[in-house]
Amino acid sequence: METLLNRYRNITVLLLVIFAQLVLIAVQVRNDRDVRMVRIWSVTAITPLAKVLETVRGGTSGFFRNYILMHDAREDNRRLQSEVDRLKMENQFLKGEISTADRAKALVAFQQRTQSRTIAARVIAAGAGANAKVVFVDRGSGAGVERGMPVVTPDGIVGKVIAAYPTASEVMLITDLEFAAGVVSQKNQVVGTLKGQGQSTCKVDYVPSEEKVEVGETFFTSGDDRIFPKGFPVGVVRVVRPNSPYQEILVEPTGLERGLEAVLIVLEGVHQAIPEVRPANAPVYLGTPPPPAAGEPQTVQPAGPAGTDADKLLQRYKQIGAAENHKFGEGAPGTKPPDFNIKVPAPGAQETGAAARGRGDAANPPNGQLPAKPEAANPNGAAKSGVAASPHPRVAASQATGAPASQNPPPRQ
Amino acid sequence: MTEYGDRYLVGSQREQVSRFRARVMLFVPLAAILFQVYVPRFDFLGFLGYLELPLLVTIYFALMRRSQIGGLFIGAFIGLAQDSLSIKQPLGMYGIVKTLVGYFAASVGLRIDVEHSVIRLLLTFFFYFFHEFLYWVLARGLLGRQIPFEIQRTLVLGLLNAVVGVTLFHFLDKLREPA
Repeated sequence: METLLNRYRNITVLLLVIFAQLVLIAVQVRNDRDVRMVRIWSVTAITPLAKVLETVRGGTSGFFRNYILMHDAREDNRRLQSEVDRLKMENQFLKGEISTADRAKALVAFQQRTQSRTIAARVIAAGAGANAKVVFVDRGSGAGVERGMPVVTPDGIVGKVIAAYPTASEVMLITDLEFAAGVVSQKNQVVGTLKGQGQSTCKVDYVPSEEKVEVGETFFTSGDDRIFPKGFPVGVVRVVRPNSPYQEILVEPTGLERGLEAVLIVLEGVHQAIPEVRPANAPVYLGTPPPPAAGEPQTVQPAGPAGTDADKLLQRYKQIGAAENHKFGEGAPGTKPPDFNIKVPAPGAQETGAAARGRGDAANPPNGQLPAKPEAANPNGAAKSGVAASPHPRVAASQATGAPASQNPPPRQ
Repeated sequence: MTEYGDRYLVGSQREQVSRFRARVMLFVPLAAILFQVYVPRFDFLGFLGYLELPLLVTIYFALMRRSQIGGLFIGAFIGLAQDSLSIKQPLGMYGIVKTLVGYFAASVGLRIDVEHSVIRLLLTFFFYFFHEFLYWVLARGLLGRQIPFEIQRTLVLGLLNAVVGVTLFHFLDKLREPA
């Protein structure tokens, strides 16, 4: 028996194992119940591994997901960066277009405003040569352009035509070494010659050292060169160095400040006035006073600015001279000087118009004050024409009203 | 198989019996079962559900250990574990099938050289088909389930599992203890 079992041991074990499992299946099928214990063992053995695996998988997938997200973010960043670059270029282009449109608008406005006959031209090319400050414009002799005609922009002069071809012209810029033009300063009317230096600035030559030129003031064309009409802006003074015999003055051309794209060629130049310098310490703008109510005396504001104490003193001396028929600077030595002690109204207390007319101060001066004499004060008979004819304010007030100065004695206030 | 034949075969191939560490014998089947129940739950890895890794592991250990009793117990253990993790599956179905596979694989391993890849491929293909057919028979006979047996599908999957099995066996060979 033992030998038999040994001989068929393997098959016996196989049959036993299979039989046991068959019984297991039969029990489960018959009772319709599960063998829970075996499943618990299996689940207990498997689930920790599954948990570890899930943890590793979650971490790994999270890492790869983050990596992919980062990769996508990098891709998005690159795409957005290229988009920003494209938009920047587009923005620059549009800004350029707007600038061009603004320049064209300013050009048209200037063309309509100026009295000179001009023709608009566009700069199409720059001249060859490192130091040559020459450009080509798209208007030539076919459009009436001739050699020597000035080229300007609303901001200032640009250059002059040095060659006119049928369809284009060659323009020498004011920065060219060979360029020269007559200029005059705005403040003190100092005359000089503008010369190009081959750089961004030009110099004004032949200005004597005793002439006063200030940094910041503007030079205009003087018209002396017979090329540029008088009154076109040239440039702003940036450097003034005293030198002998002529000052060294460098100006920055205003016509080239905003680039050179569109210009005006002056076909027929008309001289124009150089604009006056606006005072740096201009008074604050004051509106007109409200209209007086019915029955109230109307006061008139002084015509000019209040001025300094020296101005007031000068005005007072003028009034005294006018009151005493004295002309300053004409009296010979030893003659009687004017009486400076007479009382004249302070320049700030001038009254004209209805107030002076109502009070009649001129007819009844205060103590020691001379009565006004319209004929003497205004020998040319200008009393009926206006206030400005008489330097004396009270006399002028009387003249303005047209009433005799002796009438209507003023009430004392 | 006669007593003389057993003695002769066992004596001639005693040196070729592979031995594995206990942890390898424990964790490799667990990993195979875990693979089968865990990996296919991901949609993009659903195709891996066609791989019968517990069967491949059973075949490998049975072939390499060249022990019929060891093979049948390995098959029973893996089969019962697989049953216990299967939904609505009575315990013992895969157990019986894999017990038989383990026993017969070990019997084959005692008679032929199973180190060659082609032999492994053919054996794996055969045992896959045998496994599926036996399961179908048991399901119909014991549980009365009218499940179809698709021969072509079984053959294709058998080939797939055989190819994967040869590759898997190559890696499992690294886990053998040196002689």
